[in-house]
Amino acid sequence: MTTVSSAEHTRRDFLYIATGAVGAVGAAAALVPLVAQMNPDASTIAAGAPIDVDLAPIAEGQIIKVFWRSKPIFISHRTKKEIEEAQKTPLAELKDAETDQKRVKEGHDQWLVLIGICTHLGCIPLSHQGEYNGFFCPCHGSVYDTSGRIRKGPAPFNLPLPPYKFVSDTKIQIG
Amino acid sequence: MSGNSTYQPQSKALQWFEKRLPIGGLIHSSFVAYPTPRNLNYWWTFGGILSFMLGVQIVTGIVLAMHYTPHVDFAFKSVEAIMRDVNYGWLLRYLHSNGAAMFFLAVYIHMFRGLYYGSYKEPREVLWILGVIIYLLMMATGFMGYVLVWGQMSFWAATVITNLFSAIPVVGDIIVSWLWGGYAVGNPTLNRFYSLHYLLPFVIVGVVILHVWALHVSGQNNPTGIEPKSDKDTVPFTPYATAKDGFMVACFCILYAWFVFYIPNFLGHADNYIPANPAVTPAEIVPEWYYLPFYAILRSIPNKLMGVIALFGSIGILAFLPWLDTSRIKSARYRPLFKQFFWLFVIACIGLGWLGSKPPEGIYVIMSRLLTFYYFAFFLIVLPLLGIFEKTKPLPNSISESVLGAKA
Repeated sequence: MTTVSSAEHTRRDFLYIATGAVGAVGAAAALVPLVAQMNPDASTIAAGAPIDVDLAPIAEGQIIKVFWRSKPIFISHRTKKEIEEAQKTPLAELKDAETDQKRVKEGHDQWLVLIGICTHLGCIPLSHQGEYNGFFCPCHGSVYDTSGRIRKGPAPFNLPLPPYKFVSDTKIQIG
Repeated sequence: MSGNSTYQPQSKALQWFEKRLPIGGLIHSSFVAYPTPRNLNYWWTFGGILSFMLGVQIVTGIVLAMHYTPHVDFAFKSVEAIMRDVNYGWLLRYLHSNGAAMFFLAVYIHMFRGLYYGSYKEPREVLWILGVIIYLLMMATGFMGYVLVWGQMSFWAATVITNLFSAIPVVGDIIVSWLWGGYAVGNPTLNRFYSLHYLLPFVIVGVVILHVWALHVSGQNNPTGIEPKSDKDTVPFTPYATAKDGFMVACFCILYAWFVFYIPNFLGHADNYIPANPAVTPAEIVPEWYYLPFYAILRSIPNKLMGVIALFGSIGILAFLPWLDTSRIKSARYRPLFKQFFWLFVIACIGLGWLGSKPPEGIYVIMSRLLTFYYFAFFLIVLPLLGIFEKTKPLPNSISESVLGAKA
């Protein structure tokens, strides 16, 4: 605008920069609601409250599926053989090394509670399938063992554990 | 848009209007008087075919939107209602779903033509990059449209594709939850995909206008790859190019109609006629055929993050093509070695497409890895080196000489 070019900083320079800065902050602030509206809304979050699951009806060797926060939760009542296989696996053989003890609650070795979502790209693995008789993802061929640990295929991590606790010996609360 | 228009409307009223908004002159200079190289072959008609298909998709899409309900409880039902109850709904939906496939078929031919004749080289780099952007927008639009049907394949395609972003370290999960609007793909996801699926085609129209603008600044490439030097090298767009484009659009419509009326579900997947079920993943999930080569690249790499990088890299690398190809000769006609590598590349792309539809095990994985290697090597090793080592054939002096012989 000005035709006078001076090496010195003028008050006008300051005004330009200050105006520009306020404008930039305003534009950034306007983006906040536009971006935030896409995050999970209040009702979705409210519906994600903890749930109770009764374990009594689950027979040994059975795996049931419940939904928590739209995610399938696998609850596996493991057989002795499955527990043994999971405990005996040397850590060196694992891609995402974790002991079986760490993946269950103390004193409840037979109960394996997992988020049943393949850590590769989010498909739901099939139960009691694959080389290790644990879980097998049909989408891209990831194989999990009886502790839900990744053994083969493109998935990088073990099947994650949801937050849960034993309310009594036959009841858990997920969430 | 350049050209040598001397457009002068006949009637007084049009002259009055032209003085205030010279749109008649713009159309005349862009699509009537515009000089096109006289040696363009039929591979140059796919730009016109693509414009036609974009129009078809927008028109059928707008009317389908009048009958579709973007809600998880009604989406699948409303699509079935379109098929059974809405007057001509079956026709409109099959035109739209097969139209997407035809759109991609045409864009792949268009891209391979550009690659073969070196249409991305100076001075057409920006034109090419705009094309890559259009292709990316097409992929996003096609994917979201496929999700709207809300069948099993729709749901799990949405899950797998959005989960690609979970490979990003640290913020991956936050981004995915933001994309979903929940803890998994659900109603908010369907809603926003519907909104964007309606928006993006018009964004494509905008970028197409830039694409055509850039084309009309630099002029069209041609099978010889040498620029027009005199009036003898060009013919006016109308009637020459318009007639040729029109003829090919009609031929293309025969293929399109054959799919729509005889094998409308040939390119689809039977599982998508099962309503979406978040509790069960289908035994085998595959994307639509036009994404299969990229799906094969994703699956060929045993590491999640690297697989996702390779997937996006395989598309992103196209934008750098003008600088990766170091040869100054444009057309493959005069590049004997490039021609062979080009056809190998076409075979690799088709091979990857075939492998993408196969289960990810055994020999298929090994073949996918080999072809993925060639895909990247073509851009990163072959093209930079060919420009240095290839002995090219002599170029003709001009376009008219290549058409008429030396006597011209």
